Formats: sequence, structure tokens, C-alpha cells
Amino acid sequence: MDSVRSDLPVTAAAPVPGSAPGRAAPAAQSGDPRWRGGPAVAVKILVAGGFGAGKTTLVGSVSEIRPLRTEEELSELGRPVDDTAGVETKRTTTVAMDFGRIDLKPGLALYLFGTPGQDRFWFVWDELARGALGAVVLADTRRLADCFPSVDFFEQRGIPFLVAVNCFEGSEVFAPEEVRDALDLDPDIPVVLCDARLREDGKEILVALVEHAAVRRRSAGPAGH
Amino acid sequence: MSGPVAEESRPAPDGRAAGERIVDEQDSGDPRPGGRADGGPADDGAVDDGPGADPSDLDLFRPRTPVDDRWFDDDAGPVVRLYSMTRGRTRPVEDGLFDLISLVTAADPAPAAGAVPAHVLDPEHRTILAWCRRGPLSVAELGSYTDLPVSVVRVLLGDLYDAELISVTRPVPLAELPDERLLRDVINGLRAL
Repeated sequence: MDSVRSDLPVTAAAPVPGSAPGRAAPAAQSGDPRWRGGPAVAVKILVAGGFGAGKTTLVGSVSEIRPLRTEEELSELGRPVDDTAGVETKRTTTVAMDFGRIDLKPGLALYLFGTPGQDRFWFVWDELARGALGAVVLADTRRLADCFPSVDFFEQRGIPFLVAVNCFEGSEVFAPEEVRDALDLDPDIPVVLCDARLREDGKEILVALVEHAAVRRRSAGPAGH
Repeated sequence: MSGPVAEESRPAPDGRAAGERIVDEQDSGDPRPGGRADGGPADDGAVDDGPGADPSDLDLFRPRTPVDDRWFDDDAGPVVRLYSMTRGRTRPVEDGLFDLISLVTAADPAPAAGAVPAHVLDPEHRTILAWCRRGPLSVAELGSYTDLPVSVVRVLLGDLYDAELISVTRPVPLAELPDERLLRDVINGLRAL
């Protein structure tokens, strides 16, 4: 009885490694024998921004696999307060963390975490931000004020970030400097325009962010060498 | 309630895959029942409705024995309360070990089958372990693949860690970030995508 009870549910459950089409890819990649050779290092970058700013889109466009979703256990505390004014196409609330994985080289994985879009999930943000290389703050110029909390969050914690203006179709195009002024950003914070759906744009954003983090590190002093 | 329901959900020794497939087709139009911890009770009642619950499919699937007439796993909804899986624990033994991007790998070499007493490992433990055998996976990925909340995964990983069935690599601590070479590796890796 015991062995059957233990074995059969596993084989019958969905997450048999490699059995579900969408789930085979990451397992296969990480099953690369080279992975076992050296120490595995994981780094993460956060993708923040207002509700519907395109966080999950960006995570998906840069990741090699479709965005994954994982959940912390959250109550339904804030369900009625979602403000969707001006966000016509997005109906669902991200109460979970969408994330993607990019294998940069054997033994080095980059995780992109979309932050939950509502202020009431700050406690998740704190956990996400721990040890992050940096953060991309996605801005939607139709609701620019939505990214104020994100900017404040990363400024206060000293986490390197840049602002990527997601150029939605039909929304007015602003110059990066206008966005910088509107958000009252420090001069050294990069502001870039992007289309979050495009992989190349996503790559450039991430490269710009990590370069920004490297510059900040250098200016902070030669610690670590 | 979770106790007896969990018993029912366990396949009998001769439970077979046929029952699972039947349920799949019967239930195909239906999104995954319930939502995690909340979806349980209402769905549980349907598990043993018996033959005749859905007349349109009866011909295809007769004869059905009581053993076959069960819903398994996702089809049956969350028949086990999340906190039953963790036996009421909300935190792993060693707090902080399982960051979202801590990388977990099955211990190498894997202990011989049967080395760990069967009663120690629940099905969820085994599912997680099966994923860990594929190579380093983050805690977040394990949560996604197993469809379990991260908090539950952490507790179960703690059990596996205590049993020395997995090895865990914590992410680089914040104080040591950012390492110039690491940043360079990340930039080069991104450019090469």
C-alpha cells in the first residue's frame, strides 16, 4: 500500500519532468551535463512598474521559455481595489509572480521576476529585491504616476534601476528627457524607450541595466577586488 | 476533513492509468477545479459521485469498477489541504536557505531506492525530487512546475534537505554584489542571446 500510494500519484501528476510540452524546455536546458560541473550561480533582475505596464510581456519576450508563474500564499485582501482605469485590455490581476529564466552560460542563470503590480504586495517586493542585480521600472506614459512607487522603492533601497518607457500603440510618445523630468529622476538613471514585446528591446534594456549597475559599482569604490 | 478525503484520493494498489485518462476526457471542458487551498470542499464531493454522473460519456467508459471511478490529481481538485502536505508547518527547518532563486539539485549520487523509508516522503516530496534530478532548478521554478505555493515548496524542500536528498546553492549574498566579473558575464551572456 505504501509504495503504491507514494509512487502512483507522482507519475499521474502533471509535473512529471519532461512530460508536459511547455515544461520540457527548462528541464532539458538545466539537464545539460555541464551544469553539474561547476558551481551554479543564479542572479535576478526585477521587472517592476504599474499595473498593465507590460511586465509579464517583457519577461516573456526575453526569456527562452514562456513566463512561469509561482505564488506566495496571499489572502484576497485587496481584491476590490484594482484600479484599471485607462488600462483597457488587461483584466486579470497579477497576484502571483511571473518570472522567466535565461541560461546565460553553463552555470549562470538569470531570473527575471515581474513584481506584483499592486502596492499591497510590498512584502513580496522585499523578498524579491533581496540580492537583486537591479530592476527595470516599466513606465506607461498614459499612467506615468503608476511607476512612482517602484522608483521610490528602488531608490530607497539603493538597488540599481533604469526606467524603460513601454511605447504602447496609440499612446503619445515622449522623449526620454520628458519622462525623466516627470519622474524627477537623478541624472544618472538611464531612461530608455522600448517595445516590451520585442526581444531585442528587452535584451538592450537588460544590458543597459547591468552596465548601469557596473558603473555604479565602480563609482562606489573598488570593494570586492 | 482533509484526512479522510486524502485517503480516498489515494489509488488502490491496482489503481490504473485508465481511470485517470477517463477523467481527463470527461472533464476536458472544465478549467482546473478550484484554486489552491480554497477550492477543496466543493470539488471533493464530486470525486465519488459514481457512474452516471455524466451520462453522455457512459458508453465509452464502461465497465467501470469503483476503483476506476476516481479522479486523480488536478482533476479531483485540491483534495489535500496545503497545510496537510506540510503537516501544519509554515516554515522550513532552516529559514533563509530556500530563497526564490536558491538552486536545488538532487543529491548526487542519489540514494538507492528504498533507502529512505516510504512514510517519510509524500507524493509531493517525490514530485519535487523528480524535478530536482533534472539539474539545478530554483525554488521559484519548483513552485511553478509543481503548482504548489512557494511557501509549501519551501517546507517540503526542508524535509528533503534534512534527509540529504538534495543539495542547495544559495544566491550570492547582497553584500558581495555586484561582482564586476559576474556583471560582465551577465552582460556578455545577454548580448549573445
